[in-house]
Amino acid sequence: MKYKSQAVAKPYFIAAIGLFLAQVIFGIVLGIQYVVGDFLFPEIPFNVARMVHTNTLIVWLLMGFMGAAYYLIPEESERDLYAPWLAHLTFWVFLVAAALTVIGYLAVPYARLAEMTGNDILPTMGREFLEQPTITKVGIVIVALAFLFNIGMTVLKGRKTVVSLVMLIGLIGLAVFFLFSFYNPTNLVLDKFYWWWVVHLWVEGVWELIMGAMLAFVLIKTTGVDREVVEKWLYIIIAMALITGIIGTGHHYYWIGAPEYWQWWGSIFSALEPLPFFMMTVFAFNMVNQRRRNHPNKAAVLWALGTAVLAFLGAGVWGFLHTLAPVNYYTHGSQITAAHGHLAFYGAYVLINITMISYAMPLLNGREANSMRSQVLEMWAFWLMSVSMVFITLFLTAAGILQIFLQRYTETPLPFMVVQEKVALFYWLRVISGLVFLGGLGTYIASFFVAAHDAKHPQAIDAGKVQPSPAAV
Amino acid sequence: MAQVFTKSMARNIFYGGSVFFILLFLALTLDTSFALPERDQRHQLDLSTEVGQRIAKGKALWENNNCIGCHTLLGEGAYFAPELGNIYTRFGNNKEAIKAFIQSRPAMGIPGRRSMPQFNFSDEELDAIAEFLKYSSEINTAGWPPNIQG
Repeated sequence: MKYKSQAVAKPYFIAAIGLFLAQVIFGIVLGIQYVVGDFLFPEIPFNVARMVHTNTLIVWLLMGFMGAAYYLIPEESERDLYAPWLAHLTFWVFLVAAALTVIGYLAVPYARLAEMTGNDILPTMGREFLEQPTITKVGIVIVALAFLFNIGMTVLKGRKTVVSLVMLIGLIGLAVFFLFSFYNPTNLVLDKFYWWWVVHLWVEGVWELIMGAMLAFVLIKTTGVDREVVEKWLYIIIAMALITGIIGTGHHYYWIGAPEYWQWWGSIFSALEPLPFFMMTVFAFNMVNQRRRNHPNKAAVLWALGTAVLAFLGAGVWGFLHTLAPVNYYTHGSQITAAHGHLAFYGAYVLINITMISYAMPLLNGREANSMRSQVLEMWAFWLMSVSMVFITLFLTAAGILQIFLQRYTETPLPFMVVQEKVALFYWLRVISGLVFLGGLGTYIASFFVAAHDAKHPQAIDAGKVQPSPAAV
Repeated sequence: MAQVFTKSMARNIFYGGSVFFILLFLALTLDTSFALPERDQRHQLDLSTEVGQRIAKGKALWENNNCIGCHTLLGEGAYFAPELGNIYTRFGNNKEAIKAFIQSRPAMGIPGRRSMPQFNFSDEELDAIAEFLKYSSEINTAGWPPNIQG
């Protein structure tokens, strides 16, 4: 940590991991409800657990992005953050707003929450991923504006690098496209059409810029490769991301009432969407192979390489699998969609955040890297979470293929609920994988405590077996 | 070889490409907005008619009860409960059948099975929801879903 104000990133990272844990626990509740339909019913119906699962995901990823920005922008700009106090303040505003929203989901029926928060005045609730009360959405906008002001002023007054510029463009895009969440006409087609301007243009648009910038930053720091090389890669990756991803929005417009020509635009451009992710993989492995230093934080490098590979698999390959219109005609809104969603979010956005946290947290705690013992735990966490998520994806894909065949493809299509029972075996296997994932996350959380313990008692480490990092000595 | 492709070329591709495709996307969006009146049943949404008022109320109820948290509508939403974009046709073009189904859900669920919550809607509210689902089923969705099961 080169600048004191980078320390504001720490509470963001801690809250992010806390919310991640909540997300996974509710994910397991959902997995059980898939096979034991009345589990926690009527206290926590499926839709409530799902809101908690997806909303905590979104909030913790945003927390991670903000923490990452507060960490890397001062370092790139070579100056302290413009207003550290503001970053602290917005952290608490954001955390309290998120906590109140989740408590609202769990404590009262959703319709009551809509009534309490005056949803009829400006109705924005009850749409997938945008379930937050309107007042929470307003809060998110205020937090985002304060955050962008803080980051923007820091960039303006300091050294301007490609990494900080790309990060800033991505974050501005994130805030701008969120504004479409306030547009909710009665016309269902228009509602859906512009809903994707938040959802798709986030995850297959501007978030890729944020992800690219974060990955580039960590690779510059851990490999010591010349910045010029990294920046050229970064530009070309994000160029491909936007060139394919913007028109690629069309792959959501096939069956929601928009004209048929979107089937062509959407298929062709989104078929190219794996390209930026493939380039990210090549980029990450190239940089690590050409490294000019061996950074003591080996876990961070593993997370970075894992991000590149699993983002390509989840977002790229599993996205391509069902993006062509003739295929999507059968897969649209099936378990294939769920399979892709899980591996794409994990591979791209969960892992890039953990990569950043893994790199930055030791530095925020005053050491270049954690003890080897702690890093080994982190590596275990990486493999447990990644392998179990790949299995979750494979089981959901199997369930999806069967579902599509039985419900949509055969001569005698069966009703939805009948099909659900026929594919239940795969849902059971998915729950088991989910429990392994939770174990992986527990291991990851444990690694922080081991790191803190080893830093406090360096003499307790047996130098013959486990070595503290050079920086810790 | 590495110098043939410079950083400033990469930067120009990023800015040029992004701006070009944003403009193309906006042009396609404009064209879509001209095409939509023929496809999206907007004539039903006129708030000066009773049907229009019912659809608006039905959509508000759909949202305020987070129906999308279990169901899909035109294939979007959660995948825990059946697709409802074509429920009107699946229930034999019968709004009363939709109302009866929603009304008859047991408050305490069904042991071991998935069950829709009992929302205790009034008759007027049920009318609105059924009207909204009928309207949804009449949107031109390019032939999706593949069959009546959704």
